[in-house]
Amino acid sequence: MKFPAPAGQRKEGDMERPQYDYAIVRDFVHWSIFWGIAAVLVGVLISFQLVAPKLNLAPWLSYGRLRPLHTNAGIFGWGIGSFFALFYYVTQRLCRTGIWSRKLARFQLWWFNATIAAAAVTLLLGYSQSKEYHELEWPLDIMIVVLWVVFSVNIVMTIVRRKEEQMYISLWYIMATLVGVAVLFIVNAAAVPVSLFKSYSAYAGTNDANVQWWFGHNAVAMVLTTPPLAIFYYFLPKSTGVPIYSHRLSIIAFWSLIFMYLWTGAHHLLWTPVPDWIQTLAMAFSLMLIAPSWGSVINGYLSMNGQWHQMRDNYLVKFLILGITFYGLQTLQGPLQAVRSFSAFIHYTEWVPGHVHMGTMGWVSMVLFAAIYYLTPKIYGREIYSEKLANLHFWLVLTGQLVYSVSMWIAGVMQASMWQAMNPDGSLTYSFVEVLSKLYPYWWVRGASGIIYLAGVAVFVYNLYMTAKNGRAVAEAAA
Amino acid sequence: MWEKNPVLFLVLAFCAIMAGSIVTMIAPFATVNTEADRVPGVKPYTALELAGRDIYIREGCNNCHTQTVRPLVADVLRYGPYSKSGEFVYDRPFLWGSRRTGPDLAREGGKYGDEWHYQHMRDPRSIVPESNMPAYAFLDHEKIDPDLTRRKMKVLGFPCTEADIKALAGKTAMDAMVAYLQKLGNDDNWREAAVVEYQGETKKPFEDDATIRKAGRRLYLEHCSGCHGSDRTGSIGPDISDIDMEEEELFNLIYGGIPGSGMPGFSNLGADRIWKMVTWLEHRGDE
Repeated sequence: MKFPAPAGQRKEGDMERPQYDYAIVRDFVHWSIFWGIAAVLVGVLISFQLVAPKLNLAPWLSYGRLRPLHTNAGIFGWGIGSFFALFYYVTQRLCRTGIWSRKLARFQLWWFNATIAAAAVTLLLGYSQSKEYHELEWPLDIMIVVLWVVFSVNIVMTIVRRKEEQMYISLWYIMATLVGVAVLFIVNAAAVPVSLFKSYSAYAGTNDANVQWWFGHNAVAMVLTTPPLAIFYYFLPKSTGVPIYSHRLSIIAFWSLIFMYLWTGAHHLLWTPVPDWIQTLAMAFSLMLIAPSWGSVINGYLSMNGQWHQMRDNYLVKFLILGITFYGLQTLQGPLQAVRSFSAFIHYTEWVPGHVHMGTMGWVSMVLFAAIYYLTPKIYGREIYSEKLANLHFWLVLTGQLVYSVSMWIAGVMQASMWQAMNPDGSLTYSFVEVLSKLYPYWWVRGASGIIYLAGVAVFVYNLYMTAKNGRAVAEAAA
Repeated sequence: MWEKNPVLFLVLAFCAIMAGSIVTMIAPFATVNTEADRVPGVKPYTALELAGRDIYIREGCNNCHTQTVRPLVADVLRYGPYSKSGEFVYDRPFLWGSRRTGPDLAREGGKYGDEWHYQHMRDPRSIVPESNMPAYAFLDHEKIDPDLTRRKMKVLGFPCTEADIKALAGKTAMDAMVAYLQKLGNDDNWREAAVVEYQGETKKPFEDDATIRKAGRRLYLEHCSGCHGSDRTGSIGPDISDIDMEEEELFNLIYGGIPGSGMPGFSNLGADRIWKMVTWLEHRGDE
């Protein structure tokens, strides 16, 4: 496909305008969507495996191996893939300069795809370290380190050579992501190899658990919070045409967020053998985290002052505001779950996947959809093919996500109540299997919600495809 | 200032991130897994158990099963004594998990006999009809690699002789998996120590009648038929169709189980439900 010259690209005799690389942004978008579709498809399959175990068709297609593939493709393929695209876009624009090295970025694209493809193959073969969101074995870990170093160097060098003195909010979140992911990943990856695809953790038992959930929860911070916030702070003002409400609030929210997050990992380990004082600190800091999280939510809402009518006629704003709203709900529900008494009730139940998917399908993906729609004129040089389809996409993914989360919350509360129910003589009322058998209807509903979400994603992809193929060329003024 | 200097910014961000990391992630190494945590009797994995543990990791069992019993009434009643830090010193990686789609396995060892596990792994629904666990019959067709296992034992520093490695010859992945499951949380043989005797008068709290027998039959089908068969003629467990016992004796047997035999105790069902089963079992043939 041949695209019209993207807006913002330098033309002959136009020396003032920086030379932005939008081709790399476009290619990262395409690949991240590819991995995103894989993540949703696998998600739908494993949700039905829970109701129909016959769907565990072969060893390499069994639930235990596919579930990490679902999370890795979603978080690292779709999530990080899109962040690469959007960080390159945002960084170039905010620095008023092209990427430091286009060649390195190009290499990074293929290295990224090779890594995710290798991840998919090795996970299906059962090569796993078993740690959640860090399943990949040591050779893959090395590939990821290379990927991250290449990316970080390119972004930091672009920032160093910027033409704009002030670094805007989004750049803070981007740089925090670079540092945070590096520290977390390297510490948690420490392992002793015994063969090409088998290694043992450098830490044992309780220490290993504590390090893993320090990593696991801060992967939520540095992969599923700071990057979408970087994107939100850039694309909300761009979409509405009015600036962020308070710069000061964004400073407070940023520094307190990245300071507080790192204390909270052990809220995944409440009531386990991890020392009590770590659990208590985790609980306290989790509650405190409501403040910086809502700092960004409120900043987003107040930026809509006088602009709320755009919720009706600007589909980008709809995605962004629903996204930040789910972020707000997520960061209230999360701290609630981090309270010991509530954790005792709800931990290990279906409630938790309900919580997680509000964050991933609601908050992160909504913001990514908006940003990618915003980029279509830049990367294809064409206006979006159909706003109607974009609105349909919005309603489908919103419905799918709500049905998913609400059904799992109800299931989780029921499951928790049944696990804890006791007879007057002190015996347990329900056996484990009795509780399990009551979950089947909810799991069917969850499977259906996945199909609705998948339909939304299909509309999104169709709309982008038609835009690239048939969209109206962007009027020069839009540049 | 920091908004205009990327190097300064990166340094500040690094410091902000490290504060909580040092306190909650690095500092605990000073106290965790030290002598103070020691739990007597906890043994390293044998070669076969370790091979089984690695199959458990490979198949992603930790995606559905936790391995840590919380100090909460319902957890302890359902699974056994709560987990202590010192029980996990040989676990690399830890396998505590985060979801209980299936039950917790921290104290699975010794709960059932080996035969139960073999059959349950091959075809979970043949024992627990409502289970949604995948079948793992393919583990029967896979041999354990003795050389790789030797290397693993060496890397982990677990005691292992050449005779141990030789003994792996012909062992399947299934054998290893069952050996691992039977080790879980069972190093101190707590089950034998924890056999509970019913406190109080062992006397049937009701006159038997058709409703009670019906409830007893339902309970039997749910909790016992997996091993003793729905017609009581036995499968993994013995034939109990012509069982002839005093009702008090039968009650105590079901309540406490027979340690080491594969017959678990059912005290957590409560006396009432056990009496219902006893009532039904006494009226054999009266379905």
